[in-house]
Amino acid sequence: MGAVNLDILLQQILNGLVLGSVYALVALGYTMVYGVLGLINFAHGEVVMIGALSTLSVSRLLHNVFPGLPGPAVLLFSTLAAIPVCMLLGYAIERVAYRPLRRAPRLAPLITAIGVSILLQNVAMVVWGRGYHSFPAYVSTEPFQFFGATMTPVQVVIIAVAIAIMAGLMVLVHRTKLGRAMRATAENQSVAGLMGVDINAIISVTFVIGSALAAVAGVMVAANYSIAHYYMGFVLGLKAFTAAVLGGIGNLGGAMAGGLLLGIIESLGAGYVGDLTGGFLGSNYQDVFAFFVLIVVLVFRPSGLMGERVAERA
Amino acid sequence: MADWLDKVKRNPSARWIGVALIAAALATLPIVAGEVGGRGWVRIVDFALLYVMLALGLNIVVGFAGLLDLGYIAFYAVGAYTYALLASPHFGLHLPIWLVLPLGAGMAGVFGLLLGAPTLKLRGDYLAIVTLGFGEIIRIFLNNLNAPVNITNGPQGVNRIDPISFGGFMLAKPLDVLGFSVPSVHLYYYLFLMLALLVIVVSLRLENSRIGRAWVAIREDEVAAKAMGINTRNIKLLAFAMGASFGGISGGLFAGFQGFVSPESFILMESIVVLCMVVLGGMGHIPGVILGAVLLAAMPEVFRNTIVPVQRQLFGKIVFDPEVVRMLLYGFALVLVMLFRPSGIWPSTTRKRELAS
Repeated sequence: MGAVNLDILLQQILNGLVLGSVYALVALGYTMVYGVLGLINFAHGEVVMIGALSTLSVSRLLHNVFPGLPGPAVLLFSTLAAIPVCMLLGYAIERVAYRPLRRAPRLAPLITAIGVSILLQNVAMVVWGRGYHSFPAYVSTEPFQFFGATMTPVQVVIIAVAIAIMAGLMVLVHRTKLGRAMRATAENQSVAGLMGVDINAIISVTFVIGSALAAVAGVMVAANYSIAHYYMGFVLGLKAFTAAVLGGIGNLGGAMAGGLLLGIIESLGAGYVGDLTGGFLGSNYQDVFAFFVLIVVLVFRPSGLMGERVAERA
Repeated sequence: MADWLDKVKRNPSARWIGVALIAAALATLPIVAGEVGGRGWVRIVDFALLYVMLALGLNIVVGFAGLLDLGYIAFYAVGAYTYALLASPHFGLHLPIWLVLPLGAGMAGVFGLLLGAPTLKLRGDYLAIVTLGFGEIIRIFLNNLNAPVNITNGPQGVNRIDPISFGGFMLAKPLDVLGFSVPSVHLYYYLFLMLALLVIVVSLRLENSRIGRAWVAIREDEVAAKAMGINTRNIKLLAFAMGASFGGISGGLFAGFQGFVSPESFILMESIVVLCMVVLGGMGHIPGVILGAVLLAAMPEVFRNTIVPVQRQLFGKIVFDPEVVRMLLYGFALVLVMLFRPSGIWPSTTRKRELAS
């Protein structure tokens, strides 16, 4: 293993930050739902996919109707159109697949979530087809130099938007009345209900906010890789869920940290796993690396990096 | 239905008649299926039996011990690859099934311990994500271990695997009995049926054994179980190893039956399908799990064979991609069954009583 090239290291970390911002946004959706309901929303990845694909459709429409509209504006308006679609979808998922099962055995909502996930994937296949869609470069992907590493404007936008959204979410959860109600519901549903919090409304709001974040994340991934397809949500959802668990599921700060960390780990892993193992393992072991780190972290901190140690309940 | 079943169970002669009827039905099933639907249906029944074994193995981990495992298919993969590597031209090894199948089960058990040991302290959903990651790790390794040393032959998989044979008796060739020719798929059916019955008997015996009761105690309350003197560490590891070895056996059978294995057969979706079988049927209840496995294994095939004719009837042509319709119906079925029967189609009666009180 030779001397570490600093430029390449910086490049890997930057790539990781971009990837990590997306993971963090999706992970927030998982962790918020987990905090309030204590269940894995397996269908969350599909909401990301629907967000990306509906943005794509709206943007094509906009482009045809107003050919003179600049790229970033097209992307902005079509994302703003896709967000309500995803919010509605998130609301519907909760209403149909989770609410009737709130008192059911723990694994029942997991199965309905998987069912919903399969349904959404196939609906997307009917609507958008099986193929890969190229996602137009509405925000420039012309690379520029940044301290010896290359970055694209779209990557800068992704990081900036992700930071803004996360800051906004923190304010919402910690500084507003709605946020207090959400935290109370996560702490103890029945007591929060006794204090006058409308539990059902809060749970719906949680799903809706999570789905809005998912829509934005979907657009980000599609814009970054210039590609969108019906299956993109599944793997992304898996990674984001991993990130949420890595950070300590149910903890907002943990989801952000976990997402960024996972992004950087993956990117560094892909870049250096070959050197570390003397060329035995190549960059196709990127995912192995991510899951391996997850397992190691959980062995030493069973409730994630920032998760609180929960007392065992009888 | 339960009252009627109880009455039959209590009456000894009715019980024996029932057993004889079921035995006769199982023995003639491939012949009937072959006559009615063709050779393809016997194959589907064969696969359903493999899934029964898999689901019962996962039921030990998820249903009895309450440890949510989302990477169970990895053990199926370990069993299948053990068979594939030790009995195929890939390494030029052609070991007999007496050696390969137990080795596959053993290897899967070792991998079960490997997964279980670091995750003993994890609970619920943390365990779920680690098992999921473990399953993916195994699949990625199988997919990439063709370089620098070619072990698994990478994404192309291993083919021309030796068919299952006992001594000189090959299951891949039709057997002539008294002038009748018994096709190969039927022979595999009887072998799989035997092993599935063995797995069922082992599961049933485990359920009410000291170990089985310890698993259920851990599922219900780990701290209390520990306080009652159960060695939770060993008992949990045993659940992982035992469940994994069931998966290993059916993986080996899969490799011998199919003649070909590739990493594509062991994707996450397969783990999820097996978990759906266990939960949908009735977690922890052996007849329920068997029912779930048979239903979910057969359902996609039934859809496959009915969607095209139904569309022809309705529209005169094929409007929707049958594959998409099939998966849509599958998704709907999962959601609807869980909404109307949250504890599974056929949950155990004791569990029902606990939930009712």
